[in-house]
Amino acid sequence: MCGIAGIIYKNGTGSHPPAPDHQAHRLGADMTRMLQSMKHRGPDSTGFALYRRPSADLIMRIKLDDGGGDNGDIAYTDRLRRRRREVEARLRAAGARIDSIEDINEYTIAAALDYDGALKHVADYVESVPGAEVLSAGSALEIIKDLGDAQTVGDAYKLDGYIGTHGIGHVRMATESDVDISNAHPYWAYPFSDVAVVHNGQLTNYHQWRRRLERLGHRFASDCDSEIIAVYLAQKMSEGATLEEAMRMSLDDLDGVFTYICVSDDALGMAKDELAAKPLVLYEGDDMVVLASEEMAIRAVIDREIETYDPYESQVMVWTR
Amino acid sequence: MDTVEAPSEGAVPQARFDPRGLVELDETIPRVAEVDGDRASFDAHQLTTRQINLELRRLIYELDVREVTVRNPGAKHSLCVGILQRCKLTFEGSLGYFACGLIDGPEVRITGRVGWSACENMMSGVCVIDGNAGSLTAAALRGGDVVVRGQVGARTGIDQKGGTIIALGDAGSMTGFMMQRGRQIICGNAGHGLGDTMYDGVLYVGGKVASLGIDCVPGEWTDADTELIARKFAIYGLGGPPRFQKFVCGKKLYNYDSLEPSERKLVL
Repeated sequence: MCGIAGIIYKNGTGSHPPAPDHQAHRLGADMTRMLQSMKHRGPDSTGFALYRRPSADLIMRIKLDDGGGDNGDIAYTDRLRRRRREVEARLRAAGARIDSIEDINEYTIAAALDYDGALKHVADYVESVPGAEVLSAGSALEIIKDLGDAQTVGDAYKLDGYIGTHGIGHVRMATESDVDISNAHPYWAYPFSDVAVVHNGQLTNYHQWRRRLERLGHRFASDCDSEIIAVYLAQKMSEGATLEEAMRMSLDDLDGVFTYICVSDDALGMAKDELAAKPLVLYEGDDMVVLASEEMAIRAVIDREIETYDPYESQVMVWTR
Repeated sequence: MDTVEAPSEGAVPQARFDPRGLVELDETIPRVAEVDGDRASFDAHQLTTRQINLELRRLIYELDVREVTVRNPGAKHSLCVGILQRCKLTFEGSLGYFACGLIDGPEVRITGRVGWSACENMMSGVCVIDGNAGSLTAAALRGGDVVVRGQVGARTGIDQKGGTIIALGDAGSMTGFMMQRGRQIICGNAGHGLGDTMYDGVLYVGGKVASLGIDCVPGEWTDADTELIARKFAIYGLGGPPRFQKFVCGKKLYNYDSLEPSERKLVL
């Protein structure tokens, strides 16, 4: 089934305007509340793609392992340490200067890089380390995904205080591929910086498009059909299309039932297939746009009476912050 | 039905499951409503779906209350399902998916919007929705009136078997898909595939039709159509009706006279 959600604050300040109690809403807390309220749509894994004001550095979130190893297991800890060392070495070898490295948890790191080269070059260098995967890369984007419900993942990655401009999230009920971090959404649009996608539905021409895109040099980190949307959009954008144009093209090119939300560093968009087979409820206010598979999720962050509606079939909508 | 306790071993906490698949086990009736004669109201903000439905049933079936107002339903799913009593229910706010399904008799008003599949298989009564409605509104409707003051989603009235659906706004694609009987009055525009493979029934559209579905054709307007629309608009205070186009089944797909090969052999 899966549930998707997105939020963009239109004032561009990086947070919800102060509520009557003068408590500014925070992106991390808002997204966690929305996704937790849709836990029944997918309890397997939860993921967030969060955007903050662009930094001068390239932020690369790298997964060293799928987790699950015993903390006390010396071999596991040693393997992670070796991988991290190797990743750092390859970042430098690819021409990046490492400004800082943050340990998000034992198997995920966030590296701030000074790098001007092609993103594909450095990402491929990192992923040539066995077991390592680039979860996201960009000046504003950070993808956080792990097993468990939104509260569990939000707490583990300390998202409560995350101030950001816009973001998307996904709760997954696995139907076509494994339950692990690689197969969890959102998907970064490798190798296009700052673009990510969450999807609810099934794509029936996945293998066709995967073969086409692999022939063009793209890599796939998972066996999940949803990843095709991110890579497809990346390919179209690298050919010169805008985010919105690429999304409109996807309606003709992708087969199946789908509703997806896509984000770039300054925009958030949604697309729905021609059968409108997967739900999406939308609230457009002066201060923010919130969208989710169920209205319940929107109510989790807006506690006043609001008017919402379902976008129709074949609709593509994009909002900028 | 009682819940069943799975066998436990030693100090392991007992796992409980319910053969009916209910997620809110052992829920008790919250008894929070303020009852005043045959009227009652309660705030649903802190209540779960099951608690709200249990409280509604207590008021309607045990206390014989005839008018209930539910405040802050919070777009929760599956509220007000299977109420089989004549009564007046008001929801101050929005409801989620599967609202008011299978109801037989109630007069419901929802001041917000509803999600997918509202009034599914409704047997009789009235449901007035002040906001928008999601896809599959009034799917397999059997009787009664469903009035949506906003827009309705895709596949509105799919497999409709009776009753009337009125939408003041637009309707999505495949509206009236496989409709078998009943009426739909769409004041706005209708999406692609209107009335696709409908068997019978009537569709009225006030705005533009993106495309007609298979075997859906323009119908001949009669005085009965004018009377029906005027009557429904007057009942619900919807003002003057716009000009409508009428669509019915072309009956080109009717093959009821054709016999299966095995049947033909018997006849011959």
